[in-house]
Amino acid sequence: MTAVNTARPIRSGPEKRPRNRDWLHGLLMSAPAVAGLVAFVGIPFGYAVVLSFYNVRLGSPLAPSFFGVEQYRRLFTDPDLSGPFLRALLNNLTFAVVVVPLQTGLALALAILLNRKLKAIGFFRSLFFMPVVFPMTLVAVIWRLILARSDQGLLNSALHAVSFGNWGAFDWLGDSATAMASVIVLSVWQGVGFQMVILLAGLQQIPGELYEAADLDRATPWQQFRHVTLPGIRGTLVFVAMLTSVLSFRVFDQVYVLIHGGGLDEDATRTVMYQAVSTAFDQNNIGQASAITVVFFLIVVALTLIQRRVVRPDNED
Amino acid sequence: MATTRAPLRRFADYAVLSVLAFLFVLPVLYLLLGSLKPSDDVLNGLSGFLPTHLSFDNYAHVLDALNSDSTGYFWRFMGISLLVAFVVVTGGLFVNSMAAYGMSRLKWRGREAVFTLVLLLMLVPFESVAVPLFYMFNEQRNTIYIQAIPFVANAFSVYQFHTFFRSIPPSIEEAARLDGAGPWRTFFAIVVPMSKPVFASVAILTFLTQWGSFLWPVLMVSDPSVRPLPLEMSVFQGQQPPDWGQILAFGVLLVLPVLIVFAFFQRWFVQGVASSAVKG
Repeated sequence: MTAVNTARPIRSGPEKRPRNRDWLHGLLMSAPAVAGLVAFVGIPFGYAVVLSFYNVRLGSPLAPSFFGVEQYRRLFTDPDLSGPFLRALLNNLTFAVVVVPLQTGLALALAILLNRKLKAIGFFRSLFFMPVVFPMTLVAVIWRLILARSDQGLLNSALHAVSFGNWGAFDWLGDSATAMASVIVLSVWQGVGFQMVILLAGLQQIPGELYEAADLDRATPWQQFRHVTLPGIRGTLVFVAMLTSVLSFRVFDQVYVLIHGGGLDEDATRTVMYQAVSTAFDQNNIGQASAITVVFFLIVVALTLIQRRVVRPDNED
Repeated sequence: MATTRAPLRRFADYAVLSVLAFLFVLPVLYLLLGSLKPSDDVLNGLSGFLPTHLSFDNYAHVLDALNSDSTGYFWRFMGISLLVAFVVVTGGLFVNSMAAYGMSRLKWRGREAVFTLVLLLMLVPFESVAVPLFYMFNEQRNTIYIQAIPFVANAFSVYQFHTFFRSIPPSIEEAARLDGAGPWRTFFAIVVPMSKPVFASVAILTFLTQWGSFLWPVLMVSDPSVRPLPLEMSVFQGQQPPDWGQILAFGVLLVLPVLIVFAFFQRWFVQGVASSAVKG
């Protein structure tokens, strides 16, 4: 095998056998992961599509019956179902529309601030990164206390102190006007460090000479940011924004934990995934929940494709 | 350029950074201090920050309360989480890196098709297959292996490895092949050792996701004997009336293993995540 292999780059005739071997090895190496992905992602997804056309209920003695597109029709037209579903969709959109620019912008600001040669800069970077390692279930608990509705809640009592006693108790999580904002704040707090690290790496790839040249041209810091920094990290910025928007659409853990244990306003914060899980397990309605997840998947794919389309023209390699 | 900065400017940098960092770390401080305080003092306005009456009583109580057949055993929850995370991380590193190597460096017909399939599956969020997976594996509920097995193969990890392996110069493998190494030996003896950053980054990302994993355990685990830590955390914090000191102590115990891992591997992590992201 070695003798034949050495000839590979030069000749084209006797290379058939090693190629065949590569075929075998490549397939063997890929097989375990591909099999796992097909078994635990591909097949379940196909199954979700199938289930969504049936009326399947957990623990029901009745056999599943074919339902056609009834589940989908109900999702969009039956007022009892479509009301909460469309509200959940709207909540998802609100979350994404606020979180993506907010978190990306904040991460960029932090990255620029932390992209200096100062002593202990590594320490500061670690501090801002730290919340990323906190499980959402724990983040939800901490913020539940900070935003607690009594006048003993941390935020309320801080506002009480700075307003010279004019601020009373406010129910941040329970009030429908601030419930989503609260979820957004704690999500950004937990996630911003991750984006920051990626952007920081992007910033460090910008050649220092560009800044020196800009300095010689007497460019203001703002001009440097506009004409050196932003073009330099364009690709990274787009990557981060895309990643954030897909992840932000999948928000579930914090909403679930807070609605179940923390008095979070359910209507204002219920997301599509929350809706699917409670349909499946509180109402035992697997068919309906599958239809929700299929619609959810289509939305995520559409978002991804739109973003790719928007980004592609400027980002060809 | 930073070295020529005036001392005043440098001082301003530190000041801005310190104030921001302090605000940012407040919730963590609150968690740490609260976990060391009597419960009545935790939810007590700004004084929740005063480091008075500190003790490890809450920790003792948590470990005490979760130490019986009826409430479950804390170290068992921790053990389940560690075991599941270990299987997912090590199994995932092995299986996904090997697949990425097979698809990026070995030439065979159909490899593009297979890789495209992987990219397509990467688009499927776990959330959207959770319900059918639950339905398919309903019989396996409350087992340990069902918590781990579905997450070993990971399309995003394959993609990260693929991106990294693609950038290795072909001459390295050609040299190995000249020395008589087949694809397997080339991979394990040459490529793996030189790919530490991407292995570290994938390992840590997988570990973080897995350690915080919540949705799947919510669906699949009701029996405390196989319950992972984050799920127990949400059960524990749902108790009425809530004992905040103990809940926060529980939280510290939940995040401690991750913080330790992070402290050890952070340099690799930052490099690895950054390089695969910037290239990708």
